[in-house]
Amino acid sequence: MKPFRILFFVLAAMLMVALVACGGGAPPAAQQAEQAAQQVEQAAGEAAQDVEKAADEAVAEVSEATSSTSEALGSEGAAVATEFYSQADYEAALRMRDLKPLNPDDPVWVQYLEENWVDTTQYKKDPPYTVCFSNAGVNNPWRVVGYTTMQAEVDLHPEIEKFIHVDAEGNDEKQISDIQDLVAGGNCDILIVSPNTTKALTPAVEEACKSLPVIVFDRGVQTDCPVAFVQPFGGFAGYNFGYEGAKFLVDNLPAKANVIALRILPGVDVLETRWAGARNLFAESDLNVVAVEFGDGNNDKVKTIVTDAIQKYGHIDGVWMDAGATAVAALEAFEDAGQPYPVINGEDQQDFLVKWQQEGLTAIAPTFPTFQWRTAVIAAMMTLKGERVNDPWALPQPAITQANLDQYVQPNMPPLFYAMCGCETMPDFPQRWGGTAP
Amino acid sequence: MTQLTATTSTVESLAGRIWHRLRTLNPVYYIALVLLIGVVVQNPVFIQPDNFLVFLSRSAPPMLLTAGQVFVLVSGGFDLSVGSVVTSTVIISAILANNDPGTTWWVILLMLAGGAVVGLVNGMVTAYLKVPSLIATLGTLLIVRGIGLFWSGGAPRGYLPDNFRMWGRRGITGLFGLREFPYAVILLIVIGVLLWLLLHRLNYGRQLLALGDNPRAARLSGVNVNLVRISAFVICSMTAVVAGVLLGGRGGVSIETGTGMEMQSIAAAVLGGTMLLGGRGSVPAAMAGALALELLFSLLNLLGLPKPLRDAVQGLIIIGAVAYAAYSAKRNR
Amino acid sequence: MAAISPPASQTSAFDRARHWLRDSRIPPVYGILVIIFLVSIVLDLVFGIDDQLYIFNRTIMTNVLVRSVALGIVAVGQTFVMIGASIDLSVAYLISLTAVGASFLMNGNPDNIWWSVLVLIGIGVVVGFVNGTLITRLKVNSLIATLGVGLIIKGLLNAAFDNFAGSVPASFQTFAYGSIGPMPISVLVLFLVVAVGWFILRRMRFGAHLYATGGSEEVARLSGLRTERILTMAHIICSTTAVLTGLFVVSRLRSGAPWVGTDGLYDLESIAATVIGGTTLSGGRGGVWGTLAGVLIFSLLDTTFNQIGINAYMKQILRGAIIILAVGFYTVRSMREAA
Repeated sequence: MKPFRILFFVLAAMLMVALVACGGGAPPAAQQAEQAAQQVEQAAGEAAQDVEKAADEAVAEVSEATSSTSEALGSEGAAVATEFYSQADYEAALRMRDLKPLNPDDPVWVQYLEENWVDTTQYKKDPPYTVCFSNAGVNNPWRVVGYTTMQAEVDLHPEIEKFIHVDAEGNDEKQISDIQDLVAGGNCDILIVSPNTTKALTPAVEEACKSLPVIVFDRGVQTDCPVAFVQPFGGFAGYNFGYEGAKFLVDNLPAKANVIALRILPGVDVLETRWAGARNLFAESDLNVVAVEFGDGNNDKVKTIVTDAIQKYGHIDGVWMDAGATAVAALEAFEDAGQPYPVINGEDQQDFLVKWQQEGLTAIAPTFPTFQWRTAVIAAMMTLKGERVNDPWALPQPAITQANLDQYVQPNMPPLFYAMCGCETMPDFPQRWGGTAP
Repeated sequence: MTQLTATTSTVESLAGRIWHRLRTLNPVYYIALVLLIGVVVQNPVFIQPDNFLVFLSRSAPPMLLTAGQVFVLVSGGFDLSVGSVVTSTVIISAILANNDPGTTWWVILLMLAGGAVVGLVNGMVTAYLKVPSLIATLGTLLIVRGIGLFWSGGAPRGYLPDNFRMWGRRGITGLFGLREFPYAVILLIVIGVLLWLLLHRLNYGRQLLALGDNPRAARLSGVNVNLVRISAFVICSMTAVVAGVLLGGRGGVSIETGTGMEMQSIAAAVLGGTMLLGGRGSVPAAMAGALALELLFSLLNLLGLPKPLRDAVQGLIIIGAVAYAAYSAKRNR
Repeated sequence: MAAISPPASQTSAFDRARHWLRDSRIPPVYGILVIIFLVSIVLDLVFGIDDQLYIFNRTIMTNVLVRSVALGIVAVGQTFVMIGASIDLSVAYLISLTAVGASFLMNGNPDNIWWSVLVLIGIGVVVGFVNGTLITRLKVNSLIATLGVGLIIKGLLNAAFDNFAGSVPASFQTFAYGSIGPMPISVLVLFLVVAVGWFILRRMRFGAHLYATGGSEEVARLSGLRTERILTMAHIICSTTAVLTGLFVVSRLRSGAPWVGTDGLYDLESIAATVIGGTTLSGGRGGVWGTLAGVLIFSLLDTTFNQIGINAYMKQILRGAIIILAVGFYTVRSMREAA
């Protein structure tokens, strides 16, 4: 019995040390154990406050800009992780909003807002090409539409002899192995990467850059080694997405209106920056952000959250979302509760656009356009042909508004078809995207 | 005098019986009651009939799922595939129905048949191939979800027509002065009673419990062990389909519907006193367990606890309840 | 007489091979591994996305082993608890905890590596101890106890960290990316863990006691074994391997996020790999070499699926079917032997 007990106490002591370390940076040890326990409690308390007083807290934090966000790190909801918030990036996104495409006559998926030309003559190669693509996954409808568009784009290029696609199924570890295998296989002329998470995939992409040209799109990586990084707003799309929706709510709601912010899950860079872009604006406004909740992108959970919020606060006047897939479920919660529709931002998915048109909502649809999946292939082709490309390639990021809504409503398409795909004129549209001929 | 004593003693014995009944009542009912009181204290409008029915109708799918899971659990198995069955029911129904109200009935029947097939596969793999049900249903979890997503191409296609969605979303209006009496609650009651009859009032239930308690003894006493085991899986998968129809109705088409429901249903059943690896379990108590979990989520939400801590509290409560059950079982022995 | 002898000698050679295989105690799962390997080659020949066969590419084949490391280490631990007729669902959350904890504690500074690793292993031991205590002393069913502990870890972890925090120093990444000669260090670590697991199970008294406990707790206790302590120890070993896996994952990713363990499906996959490897859920039988083969089957499938460019959802369907068929093959076979 004795050695067992001794073991236990030794381990308990180690756990204490660990707690201290988690609570207070780099600690000397023992004496801080108590403090650590307090900090844990405090963090829980803060977190609880955060959700209720999101707006108040946000005001305080924004005034101190980046430095103060670390205080809220231990909480969910209102806080934006410091890792993902940069005042400079936020301002860069706002600056981009004033830019017009420099080549307005070209189709939107090859337009650029800034000139960041890089020379690619060193990668010039004769066709036929083998293009390899390491995909984070096709685990949500946005990615399904994007990947379908990408395949259609590949079919437009006879010079691509082979298109090798490996799917990491949303697993960082697997995507690293996938990239290593593609590089080791030695068949790829160019590698396109859509990283599952920014930080985790950086080492693998750095390694791949040593062997072949790499194009990164969608989520970024923390290295400049790829030939080009393709994203709307050149990497600041997240901030703009959140800002667009929040600005619409601020402009269209009266003072003191109740707003609920619906997020998918914490810790994903593209989603964190969306909330960061919105939070600043809400903080400066006189809106009352009553709750910031995570719904896992699950219709059922979102409906529960919204139903409870309506019950708890009496009325909700505005809904901000970091992704639109559950927008219709949120709206139905208002229908089922017998409440008027809120002012809402969704996304460019069809079910929301159709609902918007039918019910005459006051709404906006910021987009994270799926046409960037085309652009990645085009950038790869330009690289292999030795043409100059932009790095970063700052694509436009159009929003769907009341003015251009009709142009994007396509009831013959699936409910979660993302309209900003730039794919309407491609061969086999709409069947290839799961639609039926109109 | 004599008469008086007699009366008092009957009263006493009645009170005593009630007291005995309350004392031996499954603790899950008290847990649910305490949680309900907690929620009402935090949010008084919750108990208004209309609001409470809304809550019940959204708790109906997990409660049904748990009731179905009980059948497999008391037979000594597990069913991890129920979450996938829910997901695929929603996705495939949307493809087949494609917003055409005329298709609703045969789509629902087809889905129920599909659920029965999944249950048959689970049961037969377990019964004849002797694959442990945890592994067999882990396999069907992947297969069923894979089929749903493969068919749809990974994103939902088509819409669910309104007469399909009404089961999870609408109700009978103007009943007892209520705004709406949800169909989901009606289904919950009807199916709940059916399952209760099946497990606790019919010979089949006795055979199932005997099988979970001691398969060899059950076989020797003339129970068709394989048939009973397979039927438990079929019942479980079919209630999962019903839960899927309700969830699809409530929230619309989404590939996220149903994720994580398998573990939640097992935890809820255990909270309701179901013994893992078989032999003991009760449908009403398990449904109360599922209700208690839903009440717990609401309460933690109302208390403004951040979502992560809600997970931790849920974990603590599940362990605590089961440890308590084990402790009292030991004490009673 | 002479005419009959050649077939007779053939039969005996076949019989001898069969007997040798049986006596060598090579787990039959290696048969499945060989079959899947051969089928993979055929598939690669017919449907391969490129002209070469990947089995001739050393890097890709080494990568098959590297793909096995994360799942393999924790599956060895899972084998221990499953031999003891228990199960551990908390490993995925513990892996997340380790990955996040390591990047936070080390915070890019090589001086922090050793004490951080010790602290994390300490946490793992505590978690294993809690799991074991809940199961053996409080008699909570192992599935529920470890699920509950997992939820608690998940909750506390997410409350404390909602994103990537800090990162491990470059020198720590040697674990994942370094190699000695042609052999990656991580693969050597995997084999070392398997070898140690084998040694404990087959050459130490504790191993024999664990088999006895898993075989029949009642009998083991009546024959004087302290079954509670033995099973708790198995859980401590399992949690420690989960910590090791977490360390490997974080050294590969440079920085841990709270979802790396659950997204990797390490809980259910480690159970599946162990069962495919021949360890029974009811305890008392199995071993780590079989588990290793189970894990290799998964990574081989991963690589083959990539090489033949198969649809992601079809992959899920095939994976599910292979799990069922492999275990079914196994159980049917053992039934026949028993009969």
